Amino acid sequence: MMEISYLDLKIWRGDAGGGELVSYRVPVREGMVVLDAVLWVQANMAADLAVRWNCKAAKCGSCSAEIDGFPRLMCKTPIAEYGGEVSVAPMKAFAVIKDLVTDVSWNYQVNKEIPPFTPSEKDLTSSEPWRMQQQDVERVMEFRKCIECFLCQDVCHVLRAHDLKGAFQGPRFMVRIASLEMHPKDVLDRRPLLKGKAGIGYCNVTKCCTEVCPEHIHITDNAIIPLKERMDDSYFDPVRSLLRRLGMGAGKPSA
Amino acid sequence: MSASSYETVETDVLVLGAGGAGLRAAVAAAEAGARVLVVCKSLLGKAHTVMAEGGVAAAMHNVAYQDSWEVHFADTMKGGKLINDWQMAEIHAKESPDRVLELERWGAVFDRTWQGRIHQRPFGAHTYPRLAHVGDRTGLELIRTLQDRAVHQNGVEVHMEVTVFKLLKAEGRVAGALAYRRADGSLILYRCGALVLASGGAGKMYRVTSNSWESTGDGTALAYDAGAQLRDMEMVQFHPTGMVWPAGVRGILVTEGVRGEGGVLRNNEGERFMERYDRDRMELSSRDVVARAINSEVLAGRGTPHGGAFLDITHRKPDFIKSKLPSMYEQFLKLANVDITRQPMEVAPTIHYAMGGVRVAAETGATTVPGLYAAGEVASGLHGANRLGGNSLSDLLVFGKRAGEAAAAAVNHSNVAGARLDQGEIDQAIADLMAPLDRPAGESPYKLQAEIQDVMTAQAPIVRDGPGLQAGLEKILELKKLAARCGTGGSGTLAFNPGWHTSQDLRSMLVNAEALLRSAIERKESRGAHARSDFPKTDDHLSEVNYMVEKSPQGMQVKAERRAAMPDYLAQAVQHSYTRYTPEEIE
Repeated sequence: MMEISYLDLKIWRGDAGGGELVSYRVPVREGMVVLDAVLWVQANMAADLAVRWNCKAAKCGSCSAEIDGFPRLMCKTPIAEYGGEVSVAPMKAFAVIKDLVTDVSWNYQVNKEIPPFTPSEKDLTSSEPWRMQQQDVERVMEFRKCIECFLCQDVCHVLRAHDLKGAFQGPRFMVRIASLEMHPKDVLDRRPLLKGKAGIGYCNVTKCCTEVCPEHIHITDNAIIPLKERMDDSYFDPVRSLLRRLGMGAGKPSA
Repeated sequence: MSASSYETVETDVLVLGAGGAGLRAAVAAAEAGARVLVVCKSLLGKAHTVMAEGGVAAAMHNVAYQDSWEVHFADTMKGGKLINDWQMAEIHAKESPDRVLELERWGAVFDRTWQGRIHQRPFGAHTYPRLAHVGDRTGLELIRTLQDRAVHQNGVEVHMEVTVFKLLKAEGRVAGALAYRRADGSLILYRCGALVLASGGAGKMYRVTSNSWESTGDGTALAYDAGAQLRDMEMVQFHPTGMVWPAGVRGILVTEGVRGEGGVLRNNEGERFMERYDRDRMELSSRDVVARAINSEVLAGRGTPHGGAFLDITHRKPDFIKSKLPSMYEQFLKLANVDITRQPMEVAPTIHYAMGGVRVAAETGATTVPGLYAAGEVASGLHGANRLGGNSLSDLLVFGKRAGEAAAAAVNHSNVAGARLDQGEIDQAIADLMAPLDRPAGESPYKLQAEIQDVMTAQAPIVRDGPGLQAGLEKILELKKLAARCGTGGSGTLAFNPGWHTSQDLRSMLVNAEALLRSAIERKESRGAHARSDFPKTDDHLSEVNYMVEKSPQGMQVKAERRAAMPDYLAQAVQHSYTRYTPEEIE
């Protein structure tokens, strides 16, 4: 165990107008995670410290923050991983509301723009319960593990450094689209969306999102790259492209 | 701070809470043609439903062909020690399979049997394998499916991070609510034709709980304040298996799925002690029995180093554990540095669920106040004295849908925009809400919250007694006086001020705590989750009795009420499966 009995916890305090790291001296308990330390500060030193949290068990994805500059869930980050000091700051890709709380409402708007699960008319009206095999559903189960912590959105340089929120929906929603596209019973074609509003072309597969995912979803390898391949097959295949130009229309995507 | 201005928002059905029940109610009300507004304290998709791990109980008989609604009904009644609302238990057992299949058609993906049907796992006190599940993250699957269904449905709008602090009535029926936005403290007056409470439980009044900061019993307190009856408030569930170590994670849930998949409980002598408490069902006995067994082992000095029991699943193959219980594997590895494929877990009871809550009509979720409906954990009746694992997710779906439909139908009879609200009542409620901001040096709300938790933990523990409950009640009444004068912990800002928010939560917690203690004092027997050392036996005469809590000019009143007897076909279903009471009750 660590020998320290106090932690120098530096929490970013401020709002949209600006702010700074403020130091708090927190008594350390065995097995303490960063969220425990932040909540201790809230209960004992700074009652109005704004922070989001719910389940405290890495299942709800509320307590996302940048811990010593790295996007992580506070509830899943033992302070023993750090020395006697650690800093906690709000996610940088989203506007600060106050302290550690950011405005993530854009993500909820994006979700509304993605056409929902759409089974075939036949499946929808069938009176029999559906049959699907485990190996056929396991692929989408990985994507459906997403707890919407938005850490992948935070670390994505398209959103974080270039703020291209209107052009690229971000890794979270590539995963969302993959979970629908690869669902055995979904029949909708979301390739036009991927090419257009979702902006999958902006992703240049640096895998930063995969690295920060607390659910260990292989965002790049299992969601984004297969989606990009679907796109390439229909839009950028040289043979099909030639056929299209000749007006033969084979494999023409629906948009 | 003077009474501030507020924005007025109008809707047909106002839903409080965006967990499974709230979202299912919203979808149902919108399908019935109503404009729906869902208000939630956190962000959408973060509600407590995500914490449900094990599964949804539904007699689909995909794994055990013998299963039927009658057996599910009987299991639920037996688990609830017969004080359940039998009509709710019947509706629940009959309708939950359809609700699960419907989720699948909305995009939910469950684990499969080899035939491609929805797989069902065994769970405590369910006669047959009955829980449809997705690994150990079923709640997340359920909430994400409902969330997507709701946001893509015409007529459903969501207000996130908004807390309702007062229900408003016009001519005796609920016609609106007052709320504040957490981000900036601005106020909203909602006008509605009907209101569905789906705000969850009150576990936060205890120190060791699997519940989040949100579970402060707001719905029960708001309903009580509006004149609605509460029922079975003495019945709160200790989940047998919460984490005990390290201190920071104490109380976090360890899914019953661990035992469903074969996990065994042992004391520090290596004994599989459940043999002495329920020889037939062992670890898969009902939660009240397992929780008390662990408690007894610890008190007898046979506990683990950190005061719990060992839960061991290492006899299963590592790959099996990782595929069936992935989030448990991750949770213990990350938070406790324990590899559950090789080492036992340490577990102890943790406050988990309120069986009691607002009294509702079985078919509609209507409370005793016109225009007010309730579904899910905030409601009462289905689970009686003890809830079976898996029955909460099916509860949300079955009764969320029914409450949403009934609320939408009720809107037709009311005039949303023209309802005459009491301006004096509105001004007073806002003044009360703002008062702590003017008392920066007042008592710290966090300190008071901790004191409430200390009182409840000490005075209403897993095994209770009359004098302890009475002492607890006196302390809660004292804390109520202190809370009326409390501040915000130092800051007078309206901007995302959790100290101020907590000062509001205290009021709800205190109503729940008082109702629990008063009801527990009245129920002079041991039954299900309510165990009393001064009345250790179950009193058969009390099988037909529920305790109701109501507001009166003299303060909180508790009264006993007799239930109508079950019709013969239901009584026979129970009788048929009733081989015996649990050994604890035979004593």
